[in-house]
Amino acid sequence: MAVVHSSGRSRVVRRGGLWVVLLALTVVFLAPLLFMLSTSFKGTEEATTLPISWIPRQVEGSAYSTLLRSVNTPVFRWFGNSLVAGLANSALIVAVDAAAAYALARMQFRGKKVVTALVIGTIFVPGFVFLVPNFLIVGKLGWLDSLAAIIVPSAGGAFGVFFLRQFFLSLPKEFEESAALDGAGPWQTFFRIVLPNSRPALATLGVLSFLTNWNDFLWPVYVLFSPKHLTLPAGLSTLQGAATTNYPLIMAGAVVASVPVLVLFVIAQRQIVESVAQSGVKG
Amino acid sequence: MATQAPARVRSQLTPYAFLAPFGILFVCFVLGPAIYGVWLSLHDYDYLLPHQPWSGLDNYVNLFKGNSRDGADFWASMRATGIFTVLSVPFLVVIPLLVALLLNNRFPGRTFFRAVFFAPYVLGVAVVGVLFRFLLDPNIGLLNFYLDKLGISQNIPWTTQLPWAWISLVGMTVWWTLGFNAIIYLAGLQDISADLYEAAAIDGANARQQFFGVTLPGLRPVMLFVVTLTILASANMFGQSFLVTQGAPANETRTAIMYIADVGLAQNRQGAAAAMSYILAVILMVISLVNVRLVTRRDT
Repeated sequence: MAVVHSSGRSRVVRRGGLWVVLLALTVVFLAPLLFMLSTSFKGTEEATTLPISWIPRQVEGSAYSTLLRSVNTPVFRWFGNSLVAGLANSALIVAVDAAAAYALARMQFRGKKVVTALVIGTIFVPGFVFLVPNFLIVGKLGWLDSLAAIIVPSAGGAFGVFFLRQFFLSLPKEFEESAALDGAGPWQTFFRIVLPNSRPALATLGVLSFLTNWNDFLWPVYVLFSPKHLTLPAGLSTLQGAATTNYPLIMAGAVVASVPVLVLFVIAQRQIVESVAQSGVKG
Repeated sequence: MATQAPARVRSQLTPYAFLAPFGILFVCFVLGPAIYGVWLSLHDYDYLLPHQPWSGLDNYVNLFKGNSRDGADFWASMRATGIFTVLSVPFLVVIPLLVALLLNNRFPGRTFFRAVFFAPYVLGVAVVGVLFRFLLDPNIGLLNFYLDKLGISQNIPWTTQLPWAWISLVGMTVWWTLGFNAIIYLAGLQDISADLYEAAAIDGANARQQFFGVTLPGLRPVMLFVVTLTILASANMFGQSFLVTQGAPANETRTAIMYIADVGLAQNRQGAAAAMSYILAVILMVISLVNVRLVTRRDT
């Protein structure tokens, strides 16, 4: 009896400890984000005086309206640029990677082994190696200070081809074989059978590509210069430089940059978390 | 016969047609640049000059001369990257493991907490950078405000003095990327067969013994993956220093990537910057290989 009793009590203590740690961590993770949101609705005066207020004593939208009208820090214009670049980049990646991955997974052709090894091998080369030469290439193409520099070059990356190739290899061949028996060519099979059956994988790649593009920082900081052409991350950097301690303004910019990805995360949480989880178990 | 031949040629070309769109992008922005970068590093390449003379290995050799233009600064930035990696990796390997063990318990709302801990990672370094620059503000930041309440009332210069700048950079990186590593660990934990725990329990192993006897050995491949990935991520650090410390104090926290980007993309000395990036890449590849070797050797 005594043993059962003590183990029961230690379980209660353990459970209690678990919840204390969970809630403490939740505060650590959410508090900075809530403070960012709260500060964006304060006036400069309140944001830069102590004591700190979690709920604005006076709720103001002035930071947002300033950003809306600003010529040098047009955050909502940056929002549009980021959205266009992210959507175009992820669409481009899904389209070209799906076709290439299908060829590598299912078709026979000369040089297949070499091409596969070359493409997948580049995944292991650190990205900064491509930074300097790509800067010159993009310059020669006349893409500096334009969204093309944000949309196109990263679509040459091999990750998506690798990811979709693994997925196509896992698809049962029967559908494709029966389509071929019905006289469908490779293009018809690809568009009518393979792509519709690959929606989850294509969606995951699209979401991951969008997130990566939306958050990309170093590249846009150096290839975009004029205020109206910046994406949000590059813009936040100039906003911090221009506004220094006007924290409501900077936090409002950060909120604008955060909301879309947080919403996307809530919608596509399963796909995002799964793809990260899979990377370790498979790799 | 005559009508069949073109069809067969067409079908032989089909795979290449599927590959072509990606192939063009791959050659232009991955394969081409990798080779072009080597060419750059062997020339005294300066975007602003009319001629780009061949310079052999000068760009590399110069980096090893203390009195050359980049020699001292480049290695100082490599040192900063090294310091950041050594300081951040242990925390980014151990704390996420503890969080994963916590999340591996059964309790209501588990998916919610998993999402909360992962959320900062989807934000990107620009948001996290400007946010922490604010939270760490010595005068009106959240952190010093609460430290003051706890009786630590010396306004700690989180972003402008050592060792505080390193503590800030490591701390914000842990906050930002902890969830990513935790999710990888969690998948690894769930991959360990429940039978092993049962067998250990029958043999009378307590929770501690089960952790060291079953959990850790079972996690070894996942842990190798996390360690390798984290070393590479930390060695690539750029945004945190760029936004939060701006390299301060006196370029102490200016990382290698910051320096390479500055030389190659702002100062337009692409030859020197390309040489630097190959040196860093080779060092990272060697570290990754050593890392893999160390762990696989222990297996045998």
